[in-house]
Amino acid sequence: MNLTLNIWRQANATAAGAMHRYELAGVSEDMSFLEMLDVLNEQLNANGEEPVAFDSDCREGICGMCGLMINGQAHGPEVTTTCQLHMRSFKDGDEITVEPWRADPFPVVKDLVVDRSAFDRMIQNGGFISANTGSAPDAHAAPVEKKLADLAFDVATCIGCGACVAACPNGSASLFLGAKITHLGSLPQGQPERDTRVVSMVGQHDAEGFGGCTNIGECAAACPKEIPLDVISRLNKDLRTAMAKGY
Amino acid sequence: MTPVATLVTGSKSTRSTIALKMLMAVSGLIFIGFLLAHMYGNLKVFAGHDAFNTYAEHLRTIGEPMLPHAGLLWIIRVGLIAALVVHVASAIALTRRAHSARSTKYVVKKNKGSSLSSRTMRWGGLALFLFIIWHLLNFTIGKINPTGGATHDPYNLLVDTFDPSVWYISVIYLLALVALGFHLHHGVWSACQTLGFTNAASSRARAKDAGLVVAIVIAGGFALIPLSVLFGIVTK
Repeated sequence: MNLTLNIWRQANATAAGAMHRYELAGVSEDMSFLEMLDVLNEQLNANGEEPVAFDSDCREGICGMCGLMINGQAHGPEVTTTCQLHMRSFKDGDEITVEPWRADPFPVVKDLVVDRSAFDRMIQNGGFISANTGSAPDAHAAPVEKKLADLAFDVATCIGCGACVAACPNGSASLFLGAKITHLGSLPQGQPERDTRVVSMVGQHDAEGFGGCTNIGECAAACPKEIPLDVISRLNKDLRTAMAKGY
Repeated sequence: MTPVATLVTGSKSTRSTIALKMLMAVSGLIFIGFLLAHMYGNLKVFAGHDAFNTYAEHLRTIGEPMLPHAGLLWIIRVGLIAALVVHVASAIALTRRAHSARSTKYVVKKNKGSSLSSRTMRWGGLALFLFIIWHLLNFTIGKINPTGGATHDPYNLLVDTFDPSVWYISVIYLLALVALGFHLHHGVWSACQTLGFTNAASSRARAKDAGLVVAIVIAGGFALIPLSVLFGIVTK
């Protein structure tokens, strides 16, 4: 198939960027979206132009490295990551607009690559459990109710790709934050630090410059791991509980 | 706003964006309580001239002699003004945050998970604010009778306001009620979510249903009044 691509080009973090238009012929519908961009980059290389920079790592939909705004949707029209989006979701003659995640806490590094260190700092600021290292404890040493184990597992599938922030009109990271808070808050190992965790992670979220949540649901609709809005309610409830305890 | 690139310490739950949202939610719920009471009073119009005016007068004498004349009314008014200041101030703070969190807009952006009512909260809220100013001028502070008639009689002032000869006043009220319905539809669910009551798919669905019911009951209940006057069901 033949495509017209409108791609954000920006030389570096401080340079001004602009949309550039590229024509790409002979795209197979079996290609992934990133493979299609690889083909574009080969064409750009052959023409002596700078290839389009974009993030990717596992290309299996499990690492959270890739992430592009494709035709106004985070990760494109399917509920999956950009690397697992295939060109069969598009048709011959389509015009596709590709932009980086837009959020001031995610500054553009180059072209379609953004710096998501803000997420790492949120995790660093409480998104963990403190445990002495040593030999692994017996798996049944801390019993976990099946319902809670399932919940913790479901929300732990969050890969931190940032699609929730990209899709949110407020640039809020509440879904990411909610997933982490719910994950650790559902398990016995997460209880001792539960109150301090939510307060310091929310504090880091706010300091990074993410917006507030308006509960409109664009994040959950964009999440490739289908994390539901429930986690934001749980985040709010945990913060309310911490507030009542004076944290 | 650019990232801080350091770990912040000494965070307080009360200084967070979520605390602001909670203030927004609680002040909004206070308004819903007021609207239900206000609607109950307004629907007295169907009981006739005397019942409506007696109710209006009783609002001023309630609690006497323990409270001064219009004492309870003023307690409620002060509470509502405080709730309004909190609601608007937190809305402004959160809106400014949202704008600085995305200073560069998308060239193409689609909405896939949000309702129209959720996306019109800010403009709808502004429209309601302007409407409330007019509404207070109309019935409380200025007592403006659009037909030029008497203003001392609450029932007659109401019927004159929605008189077919000044139909555009009714249109303003009905449009404001549409804006109110939209605001409540998202606001009720959003308040439940912000206060942490919707931790599962079932409770989320119930909160959204509650938003729809509250929106229809309140906007619909209020709309009965201008419509009934316009169509001659309620007359002087």
